[in-house]
Amino acid sequence: MTAADNGAAIAPLSAAQPCVRIEGVTKRFGEFTAVDDVSLDIQEGEIFCLLGGSGCGKTTLLRMLAGFEQPTAGRILIDGQDMADIAPYERPVNMMFQSYALFPHMTVQANVAFGLEQEKLPKTQIAQRVEAMLSLVRLDGMAQRKPHQLSGGQRQRVALARSLVKRPRLLLLDEPLGALDRKLREHTQFELLGLQKQLGVTFVVVTHDQEEAMTLANRIGVMDRGRIVQVGSPRDIYEYPSTRFVADFIGSVNLFEGRLTEDEADYVRVACPELPAPVLVDHGVSAAPEATVWVAIRPEKIQLLRERPEAADNLAQGTVRDVAYMGDMSIYLVVLPGGRELRVTRANLQRKEEEVFQSGDAVWLVWDAASPVVGTG
Amino acid sequence: MSHARRSVLVPSVMAFGFAFLYVPILAMIGYSFNNSRLVTVWDSANSPTLKWYSALWRNQQVLDAAWLSFRIALLNATGAAILGTLAGLVLARFGRFRGRTLFTALTTAPLVMPEVITGLSLLLLFVAMEQTIGWPAGRGVTTLTIAHITFSLSYVAVIVQSRLAGFDLSLEEAAMDLGARPVTVFLRITLPLIAPAIVSGWLLAFTLSWDDLVISQFVAGPGSSTLPMVIFSKVRLGVTPDINALATLMVLTVAVGVVIATVLLRRQERRRERDLRLAAGAD
Repeated sequence: MTAADNGAAIAPLSAAQPCVRIEGVTKRFGEFTAVDDVSLDIQEGEIFCLLGGSGCGKTTLLRMLAGFEQPTAGRILIDGQDMADIAPYERPVNMMFQSYALFPHMTVQANVAFGLEQEKLPKTQIAQRVEAMLSLVRLDGMAQRKPHQLSGGQRQRVALARSLVKRPRLLLLDEPLGALDRKLREHTQFELLGLQKQLGVTFVVVTHDQEEAMTLANRIGVMDRGRIVQVGSPRDIYEYPSTRFVADFIGSVNLFEGRLTEDEADYVRVACPELPAPVLVDHGVSAAPEATVWVAIRPEKIQLLRERPEAADNLAQGTVRDVAYMGDMSIYLVVLPGGRELRVTRANLQRKEEEVFQSGDAVWLVWDAASPVVGTG
Repeated sequence: MSHARRSVLVPSVMAFGFAFLYVPILAMIGYSFNNSRLVTVWDSANSPTLKWYSALWRNQQVLDAAWLSFRIALLNATGAAILGTLAGLVLARFGRFRGRTLFTALTTAPLVMPEVITGLSLLLLFVAMEQTIGWPAGRGVTTLTIAHITFSLSYVAVIVQSRLAGFDLSLEEAAMDLGARPVTVFLRITLPLIAPAIVSGWLLAFTLSWDDLVISQFVAGPGSSTLPMVIFSKVRLGVTPDINALATLMVLTVAVGVVIATVLLRRQERRRERDLRLAAGAD
């Protein structure tokens, strides 16, 4: 209690104070650097997603927020209070584990009540709060079941209820939907969003699944080899990736190496050896003339046509090599004369088959000058 | 053809094996109901009878020994369960500390140590301790219990350690995350989950103590003869039918203990498999 008071005295609450502030945090395990000088602010009421492949340090960062690991360097502040000497059981933070970590020898009711019992609340109050929380996650009537008598989705909701019932300032979620099948995931995603809005808890979600990150997050932090490489809204991250890694990691993309040939204030041209003509991009780039750059074009931003279009720029001719029919859309692999393969997706707006391109068809590819992303990193 | 041959071969090999193991014990149990004074002569006219069992009830020496063995077995099982659990926890949890391999070896060595050696060295220790610090005074229940704990705690440690090896650490982290201090985490999460292993270790330690003869011979004093010691000394004077009855009761006690311990361990194993299947099946 006194520690919390001190924290408040040192850093008075203001509108600008972030819920979580991570300052230059590094974590090493022996020779291996799991988290490398990460700084990040997470605002109150936000859903922040740490997205990255396995071994990128996202889970280590989450475990440092929970207090299971201590940073080798740097500070973590929650509501302005330094968490350095605060044990996991004293932090205003709860975590939902990837494996759910439900206590197998306790009923659903006892699992959810466990956290409140540690606060030494009166029994009637615990019972009320547990009941309210169970009905919030639609588990009324399941209170006396043991975890092994529940389905995967129900177990996930028990884990969520158990971590939310203590009304934490911050909820940490480790791959919250990872163990659910596809149909259930989509449904649960929206449920999770609804709960978060209703309770106003700040969420930090760790995931390797970009779809999960995109639908849940207000902001995404993409991690690679212990560092945060880009922070932004899902749309920013997808449409304006700041590095080649992010462009490649999020969604699928056609990436080209190239050289800046024309560098004007409002447009540039990039000569890519794999494309027949330089790519025209309708925005400036902060790079030296003749610099080596990468160009990324998303598959859905390329149009497939049978006839040569009117456009003068951003054109290519090719042959369809493979078609993958996905129902709502199809993926076309188009080979250019130089041998480079391009990925193009196209929504299946018509039901009739003749609208669809077949393997072996000669096609024209065209894209807007606003579509490509150019970068140097 | 070969299938038919195998269908005869397998059951007969099995029957022979079981006969080898259990005919002696079954014969002994059968003769415990024999009316004749002569151990090897079956008195078919007046058998079966329970008279040797009732004779046991009137034999004060046997009753005293049985009570002593029972008390020692209880103390031993409890002591071994506590110390063995602590040793198992250290082995499973404290990672790679200096001397871990040595500690593991030292913990499990009594499993394979010849009983004669264990008994002799304990006797020497007790004599030396009595001479230098005056404790334990003489040999009796105290020395017997200490000696039994010495070898049976290894069994408990091994059982508890193997249970902890499959323990999901995130359960303890989750409890801590929900505000439980380390002591609460241990008492409410870890202990209940490893309890079946501790109970089966306790039962095993009980039966080990209950039928130990060699080590007890070394460390027992005058007037503190355990049940196996009484049987052994009676047999040296000639086998009498009441020994059969006594031995039958001992076999029964041990069998009950071992069966319960096995059932507990099996059930726990099945539960763990089910949990693993649930976790994997959910993916």
